[in-house]
Amino acid sequence: MSEWPLYEVFVRGKRGLNHVHVGSLHAPDDQMAISHARDVYTRRNEGVSIWVVRSDAITASSPDEKDPLFAPSGDKVYRHPTFYEIPDNVPHM
Amino acid sequence: MEAVPEKTMPEKTMPREAASEETATAAPGDLGEHFEATVARGARIEPRDWMPDAYRATLVRQIAQHAHSEVIGMQPEGNWITRAPSLRRKAILLAKVQDEAGHGLYLYSACETLGVSREELTALLLAGRQKYSSIFNYPALSYADVGTIGWLVDGAAICNQVPLCRTSYGPYGRAMIRICKEESFHQRQGYELLMTMMRGTGEQRAMVQESVDRFWWPSLMMFGPPDADSPNSARSMAWGIKRNGNDELRQRFVDMTVPQAEALGVSLPDPDLRWNAERESYDFGEPDWSEFAAVLRGEGPCNAQRLAHRARAHEDGAWVRNAALAFAKAGAAHE
Repeated sequence: MSEWPLYEVFVRGKRGLNHVHVGSLHAPDDQMAISHARDVYTRRNEGVSIWVVRSDAITASSPDEKDPLFAPSGDKVYRHPTFYEIPDNVPHM
Repeated sequence: MEAVPEKTMPEKTMPREAASEETATAAPGDLGEHFEATVARGARIEPRDWMPDAYRATLVRQIAQHAHSEVIGMQPEGNWITRAPSLRRKAILLAKVQDEAGHGLYLYSACETLGVSREELTALLLAGRQKYSSIFNYPALSYADVGTIGWLVDGAAICNQVPLCRTSYGPYGRAMIRICKEESFHQRQGYELLMTMMRGTGEQRAMVQESVDRFWWPSLMMFGPPDADSPNSARSMAWGIKRNGNDELRQRFVDMTVPQAEALGVSLPDPDLRWNAERESYDFGEPDWSEFAAVLRGEGPCNAQRLAHRARAHEDGAWVRNAALAFAKAGAAHE
């Protein structure tokens, strides 16, 4: 008999916050994954909302291509506000 | 509840990806340097990073042992749920035992990120090829033991676990943070239970003392053998898997616990226990390491019973696992 599939669990801690990855668990289907996630990851009011997704449905960047993938943002300092010199006497900027 | 060195993991349990990488530390150039540099600057290694096979194997062994300990650790106290002296104590004990199951799951999840499956880990435990903390091979003989386990056993576990929140492997550290947050409730409920009993009858006070006498030395053994006899410790420290030596943590536990024992009004069963003003620490006696070795060999009071119970629970749950899977498949077929 094969093992229950693996799910990744994301919990919204409170209204106004993003769902954050908290861990994983095994469950036979989506609904049971939600129930298990409640029991495993929110025993002390840690969440107001849960997302579960099959781990094999996630596409991730490879750590091997870390440099080439993120390199394009490395040399674009003009994307940051501190790149621009504004005189001190200009208010609210 | 970690750090009992064992033989290296049998080859069969090597994670599949890792097994193909061949030698332990001969990393393909850049990758090895990247790993070493990441560990050296105190940053975390994450699941898809390259890591030496021996680092992976050490983690699998340690995290699995830790997960098994949480799950087996439900037994000594779970035994008392139906005999709790009040509804309040019963609710507390249920919550605590449920936490232990949760802690086991956090740790199994962390372990699975290293490329082993849950099924494999369960099979290795049931076959006796992976260990769990020796402390759970001692029985819980009275309700005072529920208090003592919370105070001393969970107290020792906290000493071991707090530094592991900074372990070099990301998923392990994150699981430990979650566990440590919950573990504090375990220790406090135990201490409060003992305080309540100490305010009771002479008979109740005697129960507490008798319980502390039985659990003191096994609790000290939870930190593992002295550093000099702990061959894997140095390497685990170099890799940032462990952050402190066994002896240092044991000393920290003794120093924390002695004043708690005084406040409680119990004595600790060690004639050599005394304050050392020069070291500003307590001197204490040597645990009986031959007993520790015997329990690890399977000769503790409850080894066979614990494993048999775990095997039975696993078998008894098989129909539930299968039925849930069949139900999920049927549901998917209807869509």
